[in-house]
Amino acid sequence: MTDRRTFLAFAALPALSAQPAPAQSNRFEADIGPLIEKLTGGKPVATGRVQMTVPAFAENGQSVPVTISVAASEGAVKSLHLFAPRNPRPNIANFHFGPRSGKAAITTRIRLAGTQTLRVIALFTDGSFGSATAPVEVTASACLDMTAS
Amino acid sequence: MSNYRLSVPERVARATPFLVRLIIQHPMETGFRLDAAGAAITKNLISEIVCRLDGAEVLRMELSSGITANPLFEFYAVADKNCELVVEWQDDSGVHASARANVQVAD
Repeated sequence: MTDRRTFLAFAALPALSAQPAPAQSNRFEADIGPLIEKLTGGKPVATGRVQMTVPAFAENGQSVPVTISVAASEGAVKSLHLFAPRNPRPNIANFHFGPRSGKAAITTRIRLAGTQTLRVIALFTDGSFGSATAPVEVTASACLDMTAS
Repeated sequence: MSNYRLSVPERVARATPFLVRLIIQHPMETGFRLDAAGAAITKNLISEIVCRLDGAEVLRMELSSGITANPLFEFYAVADKNCELVVEWQDDSGVHASARANVQVAD
């Protein structure tokens, strides 16, 4: 017979053995884990070393200003990779810095399909990674007729 | 023909990063939208922009539908002599365009 305590103990097992779930602010966000895995090749990604500035609230998802920068003291940056998990194409943009780049900083305007947490991964020339996240609350999502739920 | 605006400072200091500002007039059509008749509007994105200074790469950008229409980019380049900044891009409809700006190094 399985008593209540044994049942509970076994019921808890899968929860314990499961990988810690990536920080996701809502159920609409796709799991960008595989995309990041492909980028990093499974190497550890440090939190920090890169700054991302976005408004906390965006009235219009059609145009949200975003600035990504890496302080020179963190080392030379090879590339920056920006992800929006809730967008139909989560990998918004990749920026590769060349020998004539003055500093690793980029400002652009992005489309967001709803409230979500943006993530940026920085690849340094020494092969290490940094990352930053920024939550954005979007009032009016970017127009996406065919993906509207 | 592609309409754009590329700006660099009038004079830049040698070996000091200067700001480059680029705006391209482009719909950045996602391919997700429908026209009034309900037919899908063909995807037309600028997928890649390359910026070079005197032939050497400054920044190469790979873009998706997550970039706004009429995309804006601000980034930094560094020069050690008078040279030309060239930005080239191509969209899904096959339009290939470029923008040029002269960089004057102040001594």
